[in-house]
Amino acid sequence: MSNENTLLSIKDLHASVEEKNILKGLNLDIKPGEVHAIMGPNGAGKSTTGYVLSGRDGYEVDSGSVTLDGEDLLEMEVEDRARAGLFLAFQYPVEIPGVSNLEFLKVAVDSQREARGEEALTSAEFLKMAKEACKQVNLPVSFLKRGVNEGFSGGEKKRNEIMQMMLLQPKLCILDETDSGLDIDAMQVVANGVNSQRSPERSFIVVTHYQRLLDYIKPDFVHVLADGKIVKSGDASLAKELEEQGYAWLQTEPTEDELED
Amino acid sequence: MTEQIDKALAREYEAGFVSAVESETFEPGLDEDVIRRISEVKGEPEWMLEWRLNAFRVWQEMEEPDWAHVSYPKIDFQAVSYYSAPKSMKDKPKSLDEVDPELLRTYEKLGIPLVEQQMLAGVAVDAVFDSVSVVTTFREKLEEAGVIFCPISEALHKYPDLVKKYLGSVVPTKDNFFAALNCAVFTDGSFVYIPKGTRCPMELSTYFRINEQNTGQFERTLIIADEGSYVSYLEGCTAPQRDENQLHAAVVELVAMDDAEIKYSTVQNWYPGDEEGKGGIYNFVTKRGVCHTNAKISWTQVETGSSVTWKYPSCVLKGDNSVGEFYSVALTRGRQQADTGTKMIHIGKNTKSTIISKGISAGKSNNAYRGLVRMNPGAEGARNFTQCDSLLIGDQCGAHTFPYVESRNPSAIVEHEATTSKVSDDQMFLCRQRGVDPEKAVSMIVNGFCKEVFKELPMEFAVEAGKLLEISLEGSVG
Repeated sequence: MSNENTLLSIKDLHASVEEKNILKGLNLDIKPGEVHAIMGPNGAGKSTTGYVLSGRDGYEVDSGSVTLDGEDLLEMEVEDRARAGLFLAFQYPVEIPGVSNLEFLKVAVDSQREARGEEALTSAEFLKMAKEACKQVNLPVSFLKRGVNEGFSGGEKKRNEIMQMMLLQPKLCILDETDSGLDIDAMQVVANGVNSQRSPERSFIVVTHYQRLLDYIKPDFVHVLADGKIVKSGDASLAKELEEQGYAWLQTEPTEDELED
Repeated sequence: MTEQIDKALAREYEAGFVSAVESETFEPGLDEDVIRRISEVKGEPEWMLEWRLNAFRVWQEMEEPDWAHVSYPKIDFQAVSYYSAPKSMKDKPKSLDEVDPELLRTYEKLGIPLVEQQMLAGVAVDAVFDSVSVVTTFREKLEEAGVIFCPISEALHKYPDLVKKYLGSVVPTKDNFFAALNCAVFTDGSFVYIPKGTRCPMELSTYFRINEQNTGQFERTLIIADEGSYVSYLEGCTAPQRDENQLHAAVVELVAMDDAEIKYSTVQNWYPGDEEGKGGIYNFVTKRGVCHTNAKISWTQVETGSSVTWKYPSCVLKGDNSVGEFYSVALTRGRQQADTGTKMIHIGKNTKSTIISKGISAGKSNNAYRGLVRMNPGAEGARNFTQCDSLLIGDQCGAHTFPYVESRNPSAIVEHEATTSKVSDDQMFLCRQRGVDPEKAVSMIVNGFCKEVFKELPMEFAVEAGKLLEISLEGSVG
């Protein structure tokens, strides 16, 4: 139930991609400071949830409502949702050749500060922050000068996402299978980065296929998403159970589509 | 998405205003009489008139070229006026105080204050308004260094030997249809001479403005860098927003003597026409430089305006070890058409050329790179590197690449790389998800794409070019 103390409230959300129903009645309430893990089989709608919440083109909301801090999220443009404090860490971060990481981050941070009516940071102030963020995710400072994700390895891209999160200081972070393609060491760096950002004001949705990320980022709640809705919720122990037994025991019927990976 | 982009790309052309200046304008039409009258108002010597008349006869025998990847209705050359000058310029003002304030205001509005105290200290400007040069700033300071920077009409009187020797030496009258037309009717432009061993103490620049209706602008620029000298020259252009197409057919000739270096930068922002392709400048330009031994010519251009662009700044690498460079950003939107590129003619031994071309197409525009690299039999050890990148915004525009390579020397090396990419939905989504406006996102992505070229521009111009792209893409939503 949403109340004043709810950061994100999703009610009976139905959404489709290319006229295919993916989300079929999703309900979820998240309070400030909580970490929610969303697990589930391929095609359940995990990544779709992140894209729908962030407003990506092509992800149509058919019915239902979503509020962030009491505001109607679904009415907002993509960039306004970001400015309202929603951050999506991508599963496959895209390259922007020729635009330096530093320039990109400065423009992003400036845009968000401006939207909030805050003063722009000076280049020197920002550089200091950015260098500090690099250190925290174990990226050499030279990465700030390189093109956004240009020639980065898989692990470097993911760490770069976490660095962006640190600089943007969002209220709600959605990590979309951030663990995919990472070895244990890289995953630990990413998890440490995320854990350092946990605070009573910041909530997380950790979307993952595997339980192992949750060994490092301890969730308050675990939800199982199957065929477009949450079929089971519990605490961290639910993740362990899933690890041992797989998803099959939760499904009343097989998933219809394999749209997602 | 495409519809959104098209709508969003609709922007104001900031330089589209008309100045209320009373002008003396020739009746439209072109014949030998008109050429005699142009020569007469300019008070030209007899040889110049003969040169023009010869060019006119040559031009009449020539066919308008149709090989470029552009289409436009046939130009009626008899419907164009070939000379227009503010009346106030008739008395040849001797100082800025005598210049019509409306003319000064025009340049001020365009961001080019002509009052020296207000100007960027490091840039001298020749301001050309329709068919005449209005003012050339910092002349005294340049004269101290022995540098000549003046309107070409004035150079004809003051330095006839230099003009006679080099005019048409790089781009001969017969070179092409539009060059021949320019030879017959050119009105003004800049003349630069840098003496031996001199490094020009400031950037030189010419700002071309078309104001009068139904007139063509036919400017002629001649830059001579004597042995071991260096000059950086900048060129800018704008025109009012009109429904009729206007013709601009310029010729630029560069001569880099032994060990000299010329850096020539252009930011071309002629009126591009409206969304439906109505109006705009037809920009048919011939630019070429010749490099003697160890000399270097570097062309950098940012082309954002004109409804049709036909332009191939080229280098003739005549002397051994000479170097030619071409860095280009061409942005087309709406219904703009650009066919632009370069020619690198390697004649001397160990000559080197670099071509970096970035074409950006949006809306329903067409953008073509056309380049020729020729290695002559004597071009022992010559090298060329060409990189052509195209960026598409939306799905109704076109990008085309026409590279021509003629190698007659087995030791010469020619490399060519080409890529085509799109501003992807993924890139736009990443930027917007981080809180960046779609307009800002597109301009950031495009600026990143152009980075290699922008870094070649002089500082003041790099900033202007970046801004220009931002204005050009204003409102663009991906």
